[in-house]
Parts: sequence; C-alpha cells; structure tokens
Amino acid sequence: MLGGYWESVAIFVGINVLMGMSLYVPMAAGLISLGQGGFMAIGAYTSAVLTKQGWSFGIALPAGAALAAVAGLIVGAPALRIRGIYLMILTLGFGEIVRVFFLNFEPTGGATGLGGIAPLTQLPWVVIACALAVFVAWRLRASRLGRAMIAIHEDDVAAEAMGISLVTVKLFAFALGAGLAGIAGAFYAHQALYIDANQFDFSRSALTFLYVVLGGPANPFGPMVGAVVVTLLPEFLRVVADWRMTFFGALLVIAAIWRPDGLLRAPTFK
Amino acid sequence: MTALLQAEGVTKTFGGYTALSDVSCEVEPGSVHAFIGPNGAGKTTLFNIVSGVLRPTTGRLFYQGQDYTGSRADQVLAMGVARNFQQVRLFHGLSVVENVMVGCHARMGGLLRDALNLVSPKPATELAARERALEMLALVGMSDRVRGAPAALTLVDQRRLEIARALASAPRVLLLDEPAAGMNPSDVNELVALVRSIKTLGITILLVEHHMRFVMTIADTITVLSAGRVIARGPPAAIQRDENVIAAYLGVA
Repeated sequence: MLGGYWESVAIFVGINVLMGMSLYVPMAAGLISLGQGGFMAIGAYTSAVLTKQGWSFGIALPAGAALAAVAGLIVGAPALRIRGIYLMILTLGFGEIVRVFFLNFEPTGGATGLGGIAPLTQLPWVVIACALAVFVAWRLRASRLGRAMIAIHEDDVAAEAMGISLVTVKLFAFALGAGLAGIAGAFYAHQALYIDANQFDFSRSALTFLYVVLGGPANPFGPMVGAVVVTLLPEFLRVVADWRMTFFGALLVIAAIWRPDGLLRAPTFK
Repeated sequence: MTALLQAEGVTKTFGGYTALSDVSCEVEPGSVHAFIGPNGAGKTTLFNIVSGVLRPTTGRLFYQGQDYTGSRADQVLAMGVARNFQQVRLFHGLSVVENVMVGCHARMGGLLRDALNLVSPKPATELAARERALEMLALVGMSDRVRGAPAALTLVDQRRLEIARALASAPRVLLLDEPAAGMNPSDVNELVALVRSIKTLGITILLVEHHMRFVMTIADTITVLSAGRVIARGPPAAIQRDENVIAAYLGVA
C-alpha cells in the first residue's frame, strides 16, 4: 500500500499520536506532565524484553502498557498534592530517573542499549490503537468521568465540593495517560528494533507536550493533529535541507501567535 | 428532635488569626437556618468547615448524629450536604447543563463503564443525568438557558446555576452563601420563592446573607456571629430586638 519509507513514517506518526493522547488525558484534568517519555521507555523496554523471551507481541504490548500505568499511579500519587509548574518539575524529574535507570541497568543493555528486537509493529494495529485512543478521548468528553476531569481542570475546589473524588479522577487520568505512552513505547521498540535510554530523553517528553499544545489541549482531536503536523512537517521540509529545523521552529512560532489555543479549539457547546 | 447537622466547639485559626472561636450550632431538619453578622465574622469560614472544604482546628461536626469531622468535601457531598459559593465557581469548560450534570456525579454509577463504553453513544446513566439536570434548571427558572457557556450568563443566572448544580446532587442539606448578592429587589423576590420551593422538597437550608429583608422573611432560626463567636441565636423577631446584635451591627452609643 505504502512504500517502505512512508509506511515507516506513518507508523512513527501513529506512535506520536498515541504519545499526544497519553498527555491529552491527564491534561484534560489539569495535570501537566513533562515525563511522558519515561512511561514510553517503560512500555518499550518491558515489551521488548518480553518478546525477546519468546512472548507474543499481543501479550508483551499490554504488559508494557500495564507496567507504565502502574508507574503512572506511583508518579500520580504525589501529584495529588502539587499542581502547575511544580507538577511539571516532578514529572520532568521522573522522566530523567527512568532514562538514567535504563542507562545503567545492565540486564536491559545499559548504555549499549537493547538490540535485536523483532519487527512486530504493523501499521494497521497502530492505526487501530490511535483510533481507539482518540475515540475514547472523544467519548470521555460526554461522560461522567470526562466531565469530572474538566471540572477538576477548571476549579478543583468546586469540583471536590460537587462530590468528585480528586484522588480517583486524578490517579485515573495519570494512569490512563501513562498506559497509552506504554503502548506507544511498545510499538516504538518493535519498529525501531533497537532501543537505548537516550531515545526516551527529555526532548521526547517535550515534543509530546508540543503535540498537545500545538494541536489544541481542549479538543480530543487536537493532539492527533499536533502529532501529525509536528512529525510530518520536518519530512516535507527536507527540501530546504540544512534549514529544515529552523523553518520548523519558525512555523511553530507562527502557530503560537496565530492560534494560541492550538490548531483545534475546544468543541462548541451543544 | 435531634439535630440534622451539628457543630460542636468549632475553632478555626489561620496562622495567628482566629476566624472562628468555639462555635456550636444545631440545625433542625426542614428548617431554614440563617447565619448573619458583620464582614469578617466567620460565616463563610463556618460554611467551608461544614462542607469539608476546610478542616476545623478543633471541634467536631455531626450529620444525623454521625461524626464526620475531617471528611473531604466530596465525602461530605456524598453524605448529603451540598453548597454554592459566595464567589461563583462554575466550570467554564462545560456548558450550562453540563455544569448541573457535574452535580449528578456523586449519584451516578459506573465511572469507568461509561467512559470506556464504545458501543452505546448515550448510555442510560447519561440520559438520566441530563434529564435530572434539566429538571433542576427548570426549578431555578432557567429552562430557556440550558445551552451555551456559563460565562455568557448574568451574575444572577450564574448564582441560580450554582444552586441548580448543588440541587442535582439530591442533598438533604443545602448551604447557600450569599445567594442574593448583586441581585435587585425583583430578583430577590424570585430567590425567596425559590428557597421556599427548595424547602418544600424537604431540604434543610443553611443561609449566609447580608440582605436583611430576605433573611427575616425566610429564616426560621438565625445565628448571629461576630468576630468568630456566636453572639445571639433565635427566631427573626427576637434577633431584631437583641441588644448584642444591634451593638455588633451599629456599634454601641
């Protein structure tokens, strides 16, 4: 259907869409994370180690997602007490801890990384995962849980006074987001075939943040648009050769001025 | 008759400042119990403590004889005590009717089931919540303003919306913190009618209000706070003649 190159690009776009959705969910509840790369690493390493042990990808991928979600719960627990910029610092620290852990953890290759991963990522499954993630996010908007998340985002004192358990909803948002990043990581590992800790560094988390902010954090389709634009634009900008990233940066600045709320705005009220 | 809601020796300090000092109070079921007093008397602090938004420094709180001191605000709401806010606190990312549906949150089941329901676009719990929200909006007289953003409403309607949101949680006790603030006389008359209709639903009302005609019309019992202490308690007629109250409001000649 697509040539090898474009199929590979499409898979990476899909992985980034999943990363965007992984941050969209906690951000819908007002929780900003700069550590999504850490959850992605957990999903990538877990699934890669399992498939190398001979497990099927169909089990290794959910296992990676589950472990990432558990990490999300652990990181989310202190997030119940802090917010805003302090939460960003906490999650940024978490992402670095995960990176340094895998850098030094010899059983998964340490600094030399983990190679020889089977090429098990297939485009249709990535597309299905993305579609499901976006669909759930869209449906969330018109559900009790989604309203609770928006209410917490808007005013957590009023939300709690209206009977919303901040503990349950915030932890759920963090864990679901982390699980999605784990799925993205599992797809990534079985597409890249070689992973090392530095592939999941701060720039990965920062780019994830960019997908959501550029695409529109208040619209369930926003992170998808953001991830597609940010991933594909540099490919199309190859014509300007060495000036590629300069052009890319300039376009982001223009987008920030032209559309400060993101490319897609909040859906209008029904 | 046992009190529905009871505060026992509640003291609240913020640093060195004592907002409430040894306040005790009993609220009879089915009554409208008003709290009045000069600015800074501690009325809103008392509401924040009763609704679980703040914890008392010392003292205990009881609902139907059960000690609920230290419960979180969401637990207090689930117990049956809902509130509005003096400074209106609506959810601006949600539409008018969705704001009220948030009030249904504690009375709905299936937190995950509906979110991860990929089959039915309108699950029964959602439809029931929407219907209840529309009923509550009708009760506060906002049937024609259920769509759109809450920010587009007048302040009076925003206050009504907060009351509808609180009522959606099916409370047994409703705390109203200055619901008449910023209202003109005809709005206040409508509010009196609304509070009466809420009372006929069997909901006990606690009211903080500066609008004296409103308070004297609607209250069964009035507790007067001044500088964090209870200085008088009784029916409206007695409060109006109370020397301590007159002194607190007007100063002593």
